[in-house]
Amino acid sequence: MGLADTIKKRPWIFIVIVVTLIVIAFFFSLNTGASTMGPKDVIQTLLGNGTDKHQLILFEFRLPRIVIAILVGAGLAVSGAILQSITKNEIAESGILGINAGAGLAVVLFIFFFQTINLAISSNYLLPIAALFGAILAAVIIYLFAWKDGVSPVRLILVGIGVNAGFNAILIIFQLKMDPQDFTEAITWLSGSIWGTDWSYVLAILPWIIILIPLTMIKAPSLNILHMGDEIASSLGIHVEKERGLLLLIAVALAGASVSVAGNITFLGLIAPHLVRRIIGPKHQFLIPGSALMGALLLVVADIIGKNLLAPSEIPVGIVVSALGAPYFIYLLIKTN
Amino acid sequence: MANAKKHKDREINSQPENRPIFASVILFGGTIALFLALGASVSLGASEIDFKTVWSAIFQFNSELTSHQIIQEVRLPRAISGALVGAFLAVSGALLQGITRNPLAAPSIMGITDGAAFALAIVFSFFPTTGYSMIMFWAFLGAGLGTILVFGIGALAKGGLTPVKLALAGIAVGALLSSLASGIAIYNQVAQNMSFWYAGGLVGTQWISIKLLLPVGIIGLGIAFILAHSITVLNLGEDVAKGLGQRTFFVKGLAIIVVMLLTGASVSVAGAIGFIGLVIPHITRFLVGTDYRWVIPCASILGAILLVLADIGARMLNPPFETPVGAITAVIGVPFFLYLARKGGNA
Repeated sequence: MGLADTIKKRPWIFIVIVVTLIVIAFFFSLNTGASTMGPKDVIQTLLGNGTDKHQLILFEFRLPRIVIAILVGAGLAVSGAILQSITKNEIAESGILGINAGAGLAVVLFIFFFQTINLAISSNYLLPIAALFGAILAAVIIYLFAWKDGVSPVRLILVGIGVNAGFNAILIIFQLKMDPQDFTEAITWLSGSIWGTDWSYVLAILPWIIILIPLTMIKAPSLNILHMGDEIASSLGIHVEKERGLLLLIAVALAGASVSVAGNITFLGLIAPHLVRRIIGPKHQFLIPGSALMGALLLVVADIIGKNLLAPSEIPVGIVVSALGAPYFIYLLIKTN
Repeated sequence: MANAKKHKDREINSQPENRPIFASVILFGGTIALFLALGASVSLGASEIDFKTVWSAIFQFNSELTSHQIIQEVRLPRAISGALVGAFLAVSGALLQGITRNPLAAPSIMGITDGAAFALAIVFSFFPTTGYSMIMFWAFLGAGLGTILVFGIGALAKGGLTPVKLALAGIAVGALLSSLASGIAIYNQVAQNMSFWYAGGLVGTQWISIKLLLPVGIIGLGIAFILAHSITVLNLGEDVAKGLGQRTFFVKGLAIIVVMLLTGASVSVAGAIGFIGLVIPHITRFLVGTDYRWVIPCASILGAILLVLADIGARMLNPPFETPVGAITAVIGVPFFLYLARKGGNA
């Protein structure tokens, strides 16, 4: 108990611990993969003394993949944290609400109409934008269907589940119209995978993350107040609907950008903020950066598991996250009212 | 708050009164419609075969004619198994909604379908030579696993299985089991077989599947019909049923076993087909009322018609490719689900 209390009072300790763990996971992940490369080689290569082959493996395959895992994990976790706060619902998350599926459908349509998934580098930057449109569309549909004299959290979740199923069905129909190679790649990508990524994807998602997460942190005071309920918020002089709309847009954009490079990863946006809230409490000044780091850590670890558990076969990281996240979700269901 | 909840329960469970005459009309007209749908299913496809040839292929089979062979070996088993699976899923959903009094109860939503799929991933991976009937047995076990997990969560959860908790528990169990299934399938390199089978619907169904579906159907639907009256009573509320001297635990247990049997058999033949078990029971109750002695036979007829038609759609939507029939039933079912969510999520 003593330790938990200390951490709760001093969130910085928690942040430092998670950052340390991310660094450890980062180096561990650099050392693992299909071709063996000892820690010595890794250090040598990082210092610029590696062989060409090692440089290729490290800088072109492993590094971008880890960086993407960090960015996507942070994006999904912050998106989940925002959604949980503004809906006052512990189990809100972009995957469960169908926002990820909307983004996924938009990306598949984009690939379908612009023919190839091996897009020229310039079109990689368009993927997050396409995903954003899909995610916004999904959010609007969910909001419209859930609206009946206001949006009740329960109805929001139920409608989200339905919309999720609907988007997935349309997705399947369109996937089958693709040619087989695109189809296989789309399937792999959709089940949540960060393999086969390169630096262009990092550059595609990076601006979204480094603009939107700090923006969310600036908005932390509003989130604190919104979390208390609409009436308190408006009596404290907050423009409730406007703030909520803006934050929702940020959450949707983060989810969309993440999905556009890493596919549909469910439960991460649920678990990361939830764990952080339990450890350091609900103050959003710390909850938001804490969730971002926790999400990054979880996704890097899940990726390590996915790479190594059944090596040489890789498990898509989305499946690893589901397998770990679902039990936690079940635990939440049993515990909460 | 408690009052509001009670009011909500009543609203969800308020059903139109019983209409036995209307129900008989559905049974009679539905049977005719089902045969027409089956005829259409047999005649439509990559090569169009007119009704007359269909008729003669069934009643004066000539093994030298290609069209007769297509009908006998490919189209007929597919159409019939579609009707059976549709009926099974609809009755499963009706039983689940009856015993849980939960409008969102259905095999695909409650993780039962994913349980069966999980079991099949194990079979495909470790016992690839398993025969048809054993595959069905495994699917039955897997369906049981999914059911036990979801109901277990319900038993442990504070406040019991509310509609939203049921849906969420189903998602969680479904996500868990299907991710484990994918992991197993990837490791054993049967992922492609799995996904083909999972989304495959009724493609490639053979007579042997029907030989296995039929006894399951006779037993399962038979017990469902025997239980029908008890479920009507149970649907009034557990206390009422107990007060009337019903052994509710026994009725519920038996109903769940029937659901496992029917869903397991369906999944083993046709993969994951969602929403029929959700939509059809609602439509049926809307049409004929809440007497399950009418609901169960009518739901089985309507479920059969829906799946046979959806399967025709699966073939015709994007020829020569097959669209997974589960995607089509989902496109039909999702708007309905949204409607129920709006109605039932009125917290």
